Amino acid sequence: MDAKDILGLPKNPFPATQEKKPRPQKETQRKPDGVHREVYALTGGMAPLMPTIEVSHLKKRQNTEKEKISWQWLPFTSSARTDNLHLYHWVRVVNGVPPTGDYSFAKYNKSVDVVKYTDEEYKKHLTDPMWSREETDQLFDLCERFDLRFIIIADRFPYPRTVEELKSRYYAVTRALLLARAPSPGDVSGNPIVKEPYNMTHEVERKRALSVVLSQTKQQEQRDAEILAEAKQIMESRMASKNAEDVELPVNQIGNEGSEATAHAESISLLNTNHLSSSTAAPPTAECTSTPASLRMLRVYLRTHALEQMVQAANSSAGLRTIKRVDQTLQDLGVHLKPKVPTKSVCAEHLELRKEILTLLNLQKQLQNREAEASVNRDNSYAETPSTPKRSFRGDVERSLVPDSAGFGGDRVGKRDHKRKAPGRFTDAPPSPPQSKRPRKLKSSDG
Amino acid sequence: MTRRLKDVEISFPIVYGTIAFWLGKKASEYNSHKWTVYVRGATNEDLGVIVKRAVFQLHPSFNNPTRVVESAPFELSESGWGEFEIAIRLFFHSDVCDKQLDLYHQLKLFPEDENGPQSIKKPVVVEIYDEIVFSEPTEALFARVQNHPAAIVPRLPSGLNLPPPGPVNNINEKKRGDTKDHPLNQWFMNFSEADELLKLAAARQYVQGHVGKLRRQLSMIDGLPQLSKAASGQ
Repeated sequence: MDAKDILGLPKNPFPATQEKKPRPQKETQRKPDGVHREVYALTGGMAPLMPTIEVSHLKKRQNTEKEKISWQWLPFTSSARTDNLHLYHWVRVVNGVPPTGDYSFAKYNKSVDVVKYTDEEYKKHLTDPMWSREETDQLFDLCERFDLRFIIIADRFPYPRTVEELKSRYYAVTRALLLARAPSPGDVSGNPIVKEPYNMTHEVERKRALSVVLSQTKQQEQRDAEILAEAKQIMESRMASKNAEDVELPVNQIGNEGSEATAHAESISLLNTNHLSSSTAAPPTAECTSTPASLRMLRVYLRTHALEQMVQAANSSAGLRTIKRVDQTLQDLGVHLKPKVPTKSVCAEHLELRKEILTLLNLQKQLQNREAEASVNRDNSYAETPSTPKRSFRGDVERSLVPDSAGFGGDRVGKRDHKRKAPGRFTDAPPSPPQSKRPRKLKSSDG
Repeated sequence: MTRRLKDVEISFPIVYGTIAFWLGKKASEYNSHKWTVYVRGATNEDLGVIVKRAVFQLHPSFNNPTRVVESAPFELSESGWGEFEIAIRLFFHSDVCDKQLDLYHQLKLFPEDENGPQSIKKPVVVEIYDEIVFSEPTEALFARVQNHPAAIVPRLPSGLNLPPPGPVNNINEKKRGDTKDHPLNQWFMNFSEADELLKLAAARQYVQGHVGKLRRQLSMIDGLPQLSKAASGQ
């Protein structure tokens, strides 16, 4: 059945009355005339924007009146080459006259004008404690050869120098030379290297910050986006409240949120992620019962959207596995993950239930950890045998909550520790028996 | 009157979705179903009290895929053969809110049971319940809608004097905005929060019970550290 589904074939070839059913999730619609659906689908559901071939042209014109074109295999040289190499290529000859002029690609042979300094100039303006004359000479030679491609220059440079150091030296020398050679400083003040000299520390910091941003996890990215959105909203509402006559939130509250938001924005611009992780908790959890500031700022929103935001806020302190376990628990309890009738009270109850389940899971874990500790203390002298029977429990909420210290100890001890929340508890335990891959409900060791 | 009421929200329960009928004998390859997409009050009251217009954004293969509906009932009927996501943008009256609200709904033409025969009489109905919430409404808006049947309005703390509301229904208007006698209303679903509340309350009780149990167990373990240590010290 599924194969037919995929192929888009009719399910029952039998009943003549039944209409041929397209695939259920068919996205393309069309209402054209005289063109087959498939052809339309090829072009992405739209007619071609321009006619491609004029059919009439195909039949009539023979192009008799224009020039006579032929192609000849001719030699050529390029002004871009210094070795007088003669190569051959096909040339379009018009009416027997071959084209003249340089090789058409020679004009692209550009290079950079790297400054050249004399010994005198070097002694007078360019000496630097961090750079020897030899090194500087080599740097400039490489710059000339490789057209200021600093990555390559850094690679070829005989002494260990970072790209930023090389750039710094090159630009400093060039700048100094420019200033020294200019009749007056005003002449070169328009030159970019004079106006904005290369700042090595700034560049190093900028690149470091970029790599931090690049290596941010998705969660961090989300949090950044949330904070920026909130900050923007707060700024906008501040603007709005300045323009309008409304008396909205009391001024000090705006001031607090505003300063919080700008603090967030500044810490983002400094790309200091340490600040972010500690301060993201503040805005969403500020009010549990009344609507959080971000929702109030919206002025109009859907109840389901509000619930989503608050659920996300509640989940922000939990790991992905815990969140999945919360969802599983909800399902086990016969509760929809998203309420079907999201009234104010239903949403409030739903949110509270989620929070209570989180508490429950945390307590379960705590209890396990304590009991495991206790049994580790007890069985400290015994090694864990690989044939320890695996407990196949955790079938539902009820059983997982029944305390069973012997079972806990036997199963828990020796499980490899890979949780961030309980480091070093089981470090002296031998490796655990292989775990089944079957989806487990509320395995207490998870999360 | 343009002052905003702090910590007050007015909400409007809505239901939005689609009803699709198979065209049966009259169905062709490119026109197999006729369907209607709509946004209605959850109790079929007139949403025109807050909604100025609704813009339905259809699949680009439709002519003029942007359909504007300027008055209640906010609905649109079309025919076609494919399922796609419809975007519904609600614009509110100027005294309500200057921001728009977007809803998204997947048009469903084919019944869940793919192998069953399609019926001309029984449509495929998908309805979603939600509530439009206006937080910190102006006094003017509150006064205007406080007695409207489409609105859920909290009781204000005493001491707040609002002028008496204007007439609730514009009976003089030619077109009725409510959907109480809508031709499709036999297919409208009833959404009652009672069942869900009951389930949630039961679930909460259950969870709370276990939380209590766990807390007791934890406190017991915490209170008896000597026992385990004594055992290991043998």
